[in-house]
This record gives sequence, structure tokens and C-alpha cells, in this order.
Amino acid sequence: MNTENHKVDYVKKEIPSKIKKIGFVLTVIGLLFIILAYISNPVRSGFNNIILLMFLSSIGVGSLFLVALEYLAGSVWSTPFRRISEFMSATLIILPIVALPAYFYLHDLFHWTHVESLDELLQAKAGYLNIEFFSIRTIAFFAIWIVFFLFLIRNSFKQDKTFEQNLTKRNIKISAVFMPFFIFTVTFFSIDWIMSLEPHWFSTIFGVYYFSGTVLAALAILTLIVVPLNEKGYLVKGLVKDHYYSLGALMFAFTNFWAYIAFSQYLLIWYANLPEETFWFLQRWEGGWIYLSIGLILVRFLIPYIGLLSQPSKMNPKRLIKMSAWILFAHFFDLFWLIMPTYGKGEFVFGWIELGFPVFAAGVLIIIFTYFAGRFNLVPSGDPKLKRAIDFRL
Amino acid sequence: MLDDKILFGYTGLFNSPNEIIRAAEKVSDAGYKKYDVNTPYPLHGMNSAMKLPPSKLGYAALIFGLSGMLAALAIMYWVAVIDYPLIIGGKPFFAFPAFVPVIFEVTVLSASIATVLTMISIFFKFPNISHPLHDTDYMKAVSSDKYGICIQADDAIFNETEVKNLLEKLNAHEIKPIYYDDNEIKHKNTVFEPRFLILLLFVALITAGATYFAMNKLLYAVPFNWMETQEKLNVQESSVFFSDGFGMRNPVDGTVSRGNLPYQFNGNPEAASTYLKNPLFPDDKNISIGKAKYDTYCSPCHGYFGEGNSRMRGQFPNPPTLHSEKVRNWKDGSIYHVIVDGQNIMSSYASQLTYQERWAVVLYIRVLQRSLNAMESDLE
Repeated sequence: MNTENHKVDYVKKEIPSKIKKIGFVLTVIGLLFIILAYISNPVRSGFNNIILLMFLSSIGVGSLFLVALEYLAGSVWSTPFRRISEFMSATLIILPIVALPAYFYLHDLFHWTHVESLDELLQAKAGYLNIEFFSIRTIAFFAIWIVFFLFLIRNSFKQDKTFEQNLTKRNIKISAVFMPFFIFTVTFFSIDWIMSLEPHWFSTIFGVYYFSGTVLAALAILTLIVVPLNEKGYLVKGLVKDHYYSLGALMFAFTNFWAYIAFSQYLLIWYANLPEETFWFLQRWEGGWIYLSIGLILVRFLIPYIGLLSQPSKMNPKRLIKMSAWILFAHFFDLFWLIMPTYGKGEFVFGWIELGFPVFAAGVLIIIFTYFAGRFNLVPSGDPKLKRAIDFRL
Repeated sequence: MLDDKILFGYTGLFNSPNEIIRAAEKVSDAGYKKYDVNTPYPLHGMNSAMKLPPSKLGYAALIFGLSGMLAALAIMYWVAVIDYPLIIGGKPFFAFPAFVPVIFEVTVLSASIATVLTMISIFFKFPNISHPLHDTDYMKAVSSDKYGICIQADDAIFNETEVKNLLEKLNAHEIKPIYYDDNEIKHKNTVFEPRFLILLLFVALITAGATYFAMNKLLYAVPFNWMETQEKLNVQESSVFFSDGFGMRNPVDGTVSRGNLPYQFNGNPEAASTYLKNPLFPDDKNISIGKAKYDTYCSPCHGYFGEGNSRMRGQFPNPPTLHSEKVRNWKDGSIYHVIVDGQNIMSSYASQLTYQERWAVVLYIRVLQRSLNAMESDLE
């Protein structure tokens, strides 16, 4: 097989060790804060732990989704960026550790675990919402994600050295198998860990809601890493604004998608006006939460929408970095809005306890990135599509 | 060289997308501004090769999208809040979430329509539908399998020999000059001429008149009159047949319709008490009919158990209890009489209850009375 035609000159540059140190410091600070938080208020920390878990899961499984999507769609422009998504999907490996502390406080977090005092409705749901099945599901989700992660990523890394085109074909097949698993696991994972915090409440669109945030978070962290790397010349030569444009356009599209789904969920519940559904939104309309609810529209939709609306803004590296960082913040904001009102019960809660978790998340993500960036190429240099990817123009 | 013709520009053809992109880059590098590339399908990378600025069309979409949004909001606000406020589903008049889908659709619709119209009218200069490149071999070639470039003569740095040399250097085939067609130059747009506009007006009037005539006159000509007039008397119609001119007639005196025997004791309770006997047997079926009818028609004032505790919240005076000594000693006929004829402020219930049902209600009232004043023999 002639592999010379699609070879691309790529010389690896090492990531400065400063970044690794920053990641390490952030992780340690975050971890200290988390331990202090658990000592002072374990239940509140448990809720924060769920936010952390859902945030890191978003980045992990969302990045894996982007990798699989590229293989399935045969998209060309994203090939030079795929390796970063592959790195970030390694977040999946630490998810069980992140879930563990929350698991110890299951009785305080999830009302449905109190079998002795369940009302009629929850008794009817007990066939799905019981600790044994919940644990089995969570372990299964983690296992499925990690297995697909290992298969996909191993093939891709192997290709750097062997230049085998067959590996791409194999990964396309793996991706096709992964997709249905992805849909079901993400849907039920979000139902289990967020929706069941209020076991009486239900929204049939909730899985899609979490999915939209997941893809946004994965795209945002990809953009946040890729744009500075390319500007400083860590990736291959020849990547131009057309490549950025595609990243910006996808973020813009999924911002709209999120707004569409979030509004659909709200509209149906508002229209039907059934007490068993509306209480969830009413809870987020009391006390300080009302500002968060209104702020969500601004933070999650309007600001990224306006920021990425025009064509030049999708090609502007500085704008892309700002917007992707903002979208990551907005995802955390969204998860906070989804999860914390269940703890607050009408009263707004925010304090030092909440701070440790995002700091820890940032540190861990930096460590994961630098760990993999130190060991593997920053672009899939053996991928047969890479040459065409560099020539991609709008 | 034909001197009497006016040059539009020079065209050249290429065989592959890569060649045309390279050619576009070279032509734009040479400083030409007025040139265009024609390809059978859109080529990736052509925008940057031709150094095209971002399209201005987006502003039209933005402006018209926003106006559509505001228009939709204003119309719905005017209709639902100001002109015809209706409570729908217990929502406020200004039910913003319900408006959002409509606002969204109208925004998208007006933005897309306006974008197409702007493109046609401003960028394509409608109603001008002619172009010098039409009907040339060049256009035929680039519509099938060739990639062409055309440098226009009105470019600031256009020079025939230089342009020819440049195209030759780029290895273009069939480098040809394109001239304005004589007819095209002399051609004037007749669209806005008064004669044409008057013609349009005539066509519009004739079309509208013919449509009106066809829809309102022809369609109702006999026999296709949609059975609007029929050889029979409709209600409320006059008639020349009868001497009083009325089409509708009263029934003949003394007519009795089936199942509706006239009541003969109006205003005469004593006679009713004496002569009327309950024809129904007090079995489960009749009593349950009586209960159903009593609960529907009698209970609002008399109460479910006949003690006169009205559910009407004092809008009518409460009727006296049905358990009084007087009513208990009444004969069935008296109760029947009250149902048919009314009593005091109670009006007649003859139109609500049939003959059978009235007697069934009488049976049920007897049951109620017995329930509060049971006899000792009932215990046996």
C-alpha cells in the first residue's frame, strides 16, 4: 500500500512544563477544598460532586462522540483536531473515581433510596429506581464508555506509527456500533443522575437536553485547546481560518440546538400546567434561583449566540477562545441550575463549598491533556485523511 | 476584430478544479477586480482564491429577520391582548412562551424570503434578465464539464493583449472575446413602461372580473345553483298558497302528537289528586330512573334527600322539605301535578321530564320519604 502520498510533515513540539504545573496546582487546591467541603457539609458537597461528575462526563463522552462522529461522517476538516478530542475523552477513565464520593451519600442525595417512606408514585417507579439497578446501570455506562474509548483510541494511536489505512476502516465500524450505545447511555445516565434527584418530576426530552450540553462542552474544550495550540504552531502547518470556521459554526449550531431543546421542555410544561411537572420550574423560580433561571438564557444562549453570529467571529481565534471558555462556564452554570435547587429547596445556595469543584475539574482536565500530549502526537499524523484535511477550504 | 461591437470581456476554459482555483488566484493577484468564475458546481476554496469579501447578503437576512420577528410579536400582541382578548387555557393574554414558536417561524420565513428577493433584485439586478455570457459556447461548456474564468472589459486595468497573455500563461483553452449582443444593447426594459403597466392593469381587471363572474354568477346559473332554491317551502318563508301569506302553519286544532297526551288538570290540583294514579310498578328499574332524574332536575333546589337544602347558594329561596306531614299525605297525583304544572315559584318541568319519568320521580320521592319516616312494618 502506498502511504507516501498522504504523509504530512509533522514535527512534534513539547507542551511547556509550566502548564502541567498549573494543572497540578489547580488539582491540589481543588482537592483540598473538596475535602474541606466534605468535612463541613457532606450533603451539599455530594450535590456539588454530582455537578462535577456530570461536567466531566460531558467532556469525556462528548469528546468520544465527536471522534466517532468524525469517523462516521467521514468529515475531513476535523481530522487535525481529532487527537485533542481523543485526549479529552480520556476523562472517562477517572469518572468512576469522581462518582464514588457521591455514591457514599446516596441516601442523602436521592430521595427514592428511602424505600421505607415511598409514596405510591415512587413505589411504582421502584422497579427502575432502586439502589441495585442504579449501581448496575452506572457501572455499565462507565464500562461501555471506557471499552469504546480504549478500542477507538488505541487504533488511532497505532496509526501514527503504522500508517495503516485499515485502522480507519476498523474505527468506522467501531464508531457505528458506539453510536446507539452512546444515545442510550447518555440518556439514561442523565435521567439517573440528574432527573431522579427529583424522582416525581419527569421530562421526556431530558436526555436530549443533557446531550446538547454534552456536545457543546466537548466542542468548547476542543476549541479552547486547539486554537491556542495552532496559533503557537503546535499542530501541522496549513490550518487556516476555514478550519476554525467549522468549529465555530458547530458551537453556534449546538448553542441554538440547546436553546431549542431547553425551550421545548419549558413550553410543554408551561402549556400543560400540570402540578407534577411545573413544581420543578417553580422551584427554580423562587428565592435567588429566579436570577439564575433568567441568567441561564443570557449565559447559555444569548451571549454565545451573539458572540458567534457573524462569519468573521467564527474565524477569529481570540473570539473563539473567549467563547469556548464561556461555553464551558455556561455548561457548569447549567448543571448547577439543574442540580443545586434540589438541595436548596427554594433558597439560593452558593459559597466557598461550590468553588473547589470547578477548580478541581479544570486542574484534572489540564493534567489529562498534558499527560497524553507528552506521550502522543498532537495530530493523528498517520491518518490518511490528514493531507486532504489540511487542504480543506470552505 | 469587429470594431462595431462592444467588448464585454475575455473568457478562458480549464479542465480541472485545481487549475481554475490556481487561475483565480493568479488573476486576483494580477490586480483584476471585475472578473468572475463559472463552474458546474460550487468549489471549496474559491472564496479565498478570488479574495472575495464576506457576502453582504447576511445583513438583508438580519434586518428582515428582525422585522419579521417584531411584526409577528406585534400582530399577536394586538390580536391577543388589545383587539380580542380571550382567556385560553388559563394563560395570561400576553402568553409569551406560546408566541415564541410563531415568532421563530415568521423570523425564519421573512429572513429567507427577503434574502432571496434581495439577491434577485439587488445582486442580479432584476428585472434585467439578460447577460452577455448567455447563449455563448463558453456558458455551455461551464454548464457541463469545464471550469471557466471571464475577465471583464470594464475593469480598471483591462488591456486586451495583457489579458490574452495572462490567460495563455495560465494554460487556458479557447480564449475568446465576448461581445455585447446588438439586440441586447438596444434592448430596453419594457417592464416599467406605462403601456406595459396599463396592460398589466387590464389583465388584472379582466382576470378579477372573469373570476367574479364565474364564481358568483355562472356557478349559480340553473341548474347548477347548488340546490339553493327548491320547489318546497322552507321555514320562515312566505307563501302565496295560503290566504294569510305565511308558509309555516299551525297544527290543526285538537291535534295530539304521539306519546304526548295533553295534561288535562292545569290549575286544578284537586282533580289531579283524585283522578291520577301512578301507572308504574315500584321496582328497581323505575326507582333508579326516578333517582337519576331527581338528582338531575330536582336536587339543585330540593337537595339530594328532599329536605330542601338547596345548592343554589341562596339565589332562590329554599323550597320546603318534602318530608313534611303534608307532602307525605299527598296522593301521588298531587306530586305529579306539581311536577307538570309547577307551584309557587317552581316552574313546570313538563318539558324536561317525559310522562314515564315524571311518575318515576314520584316513586323516588316516596322512597325518600319512607327513608326518614319508616314504618314499623318495614322491619319485618
